[in-house]
Amino acid sequence: MPSKQEILDLQFIEARHKLLDLAAFLDRIDRHPGDDDYRIGALRKALPILLAGRPDRTRAILEALSDPTTEPIPQAAFQGAFGAPPRLTAHNGAQRHGGAD
Amino acid sequence: MRYIEPHAHMVSRTTDDYEKLALAGCEAVCEPAFWAGFDRSSADGFYDYFRQLTEHEPKRAAKYGIKHFSWLCINPKEADDPVFAREVMGLIPEFLQCPTVLGIGEIGLNKNTRNELAIFEEHVQLALDHDLPILMHTPHLEDKLKGTRLMLASLANFSQLDRSKVIIDHVEEHTVPLVLDAGYWAGMTLYPDSKCSLDRAIDILEIYGPERLWLNSACDWGVADPLAVPRCALRMKQRRHTAADIERVVYQNPRDFLAQSPGFVA
Ligand SMILES: [Zn+2]
Repeated sequence: MPSKQEILDLQFIEARHKLLDLAAFLDRIDRHPGDDDYRIGALRKALPILLAGRPDRTRAILEALSDPTTEPIPQAAFQGAFGAPPRLTAHNGAQRHGGAD
Repeated sequence: MRYIEPHAHMVSRTTDDYEKLALAGCEAVCEPAFWAGFDRSSADGFYDYFRQLTEHEPKRAAKYGIKHFSWLCINPKEADDPVFAREVMGLIPEFLQCPTVLGIGEIGLNKNTRNELAIFEEHVQLALDHDLPILMHTPHLEDKLKGTRLMLASLANFSQLDRSKVIIDHVEEHTVPLVLDAGYWAGMTLYPDSKCSLDRAIDILEIYGPERLWLNSACDWGVADPLAVPRCALRMKQRRHTAADIERVVYQNPRDFLAQSPGFVA
């Protein structure tokens, strides 16, 4: 198994790049006109998990971005998925995701 | 390096992709039935799709020395109308006689509706009636965790189900322990901006070990990389996984699971 130093050598620049991209995304949302929606709220709520001293941050972020309900729904209001649990109904204009796979 | 691509939608890919897979060492590709990117207007559309999967696609693959196998079902995205879904399911038994059909898949949930769940359970019963393995799709993004839990609860009601003959695909960090702890196989899908990245999939392998796990590209008509599995193998090498460890995940594990289908030949 590689050491911490070896993982840093292999991936630090990539992680730094992703962190800057995330920061720039948040700046961009602030800078642009109009209202944001529940997705940015969900992202902001998940961000502190990055700094939590726990070994399962990825799992915790995925859980934070998951639909917390437990019962099957009578009918789908829309197809596709948005990446964060909608508050009640899908927000207008949210870009759905979900290919074939 | 030899490997098996256990989940790819080759009907949506070009002949160039078959050549790339062959150059990368792909020996067999397995294609689950799924959504075409648009809803088909009749059961006849599925009949033709099943013919494409069982007759046409194996010939395309064979030109590059790759074996092609398929899984059949009506996908969850088009299964929310139970009458239509049952009409399509009625076509499946005829195709189960084809030598390259592996089992029932990819079945599962999409938006976690009651109708999707009912049709999922009827597919499970169809697989049990024919003693065939099952390949399961789990929902996208925010729907995945709920859908995985619903399907695991549902499967627990099938007392005669052999869990070693079921693979639950598209797992991520929040669903992989639920699947493995219950005794099922788990598939990790390597996508550019959803599901697992190469490094996250390798993290999961390091944390849980290679038992009952496989990697796939699930390449289709959307944003996907048909070479994701060999790319992940290279990343494993960079992260000091041995050649034997890599071969286990990209070749032996899929071979061992798929060998439970009478039609599979490595
Ligand atoms: Zn698929």
